[in-house]
Amino acid sequence: MTEKTLTRMDLSEAVFRELGLSRNECSALVESVLQHVSDALVRGESVKISSFGTFSVRSKAARVGRNPKTGEEVPILPRRVLTFRPSHLMKERVADGNRRLGKVS
Amino acid sequence: MIRSELIQIIAEENPRLSQRDVERVVNTVFDEIVEAMARGDRVELRGFGAFSVKYRDGRIGRNPRTGEAVEVEPKAVPFFKTGKLLRDRLNDGDGGDDDE
Repeated sequence: MTEKTLTRMDLSEAVFRELGLSRNECSALVESVLQHVSDALVRGESVKISSFGTFSVRSKAARVGRNPKTGEEVPILPRRVLTFRPSHLMKERVADGNRRLGKVS
Repeated sequence: MIRSELIQIIAEENPRLSQRDVERVVNTVFDEIVEAMARGDRVELRGFGAFSVKYRDGRIGRNPRTGEAVEVEPKAVPFFKTGKLLRDRLNDGDGGDDDE
């Protein structure tokens, strides 16, 4: 079996099957979930979704980087990066599911 | 922010929906992502980020407490890469065009 890529459309379709609201409403709701998670992160909050995982924002200090091709030094500005830490449940389900499908040898 | 707060905000914005329905919406979104990854699929949410599965080889690990060598099985692990728009927004860019 080959890997598929799901998009917002697949998520709204799942919400549609689950709730039977209009398709438009379902896609607006999916968008709203992503929007509120993003907004909280932009405000600097962590977002902790139980049994899914935690998104958190970390601040990185400025440092001197190097262009690996030319060896030239380039300043890297201080910035905020997002990290995602999957929950134990997610790790377990992803490990088990892929093992069962024979994707891990 | 935690799951229940997220549900609360969305419920307030959608007074036509019951709290229970909003709960089902939020749960479905996150469950679908986990289920996709459990099948080895990828979930690409433009502007937000992409969830994918990485395959780690087996290796000989060590119990840090006892120093004992232990075999670590090969396994599939979840991975998230932040989307360009969100990455830019975190650094107070306006995001601009979002082609990642």
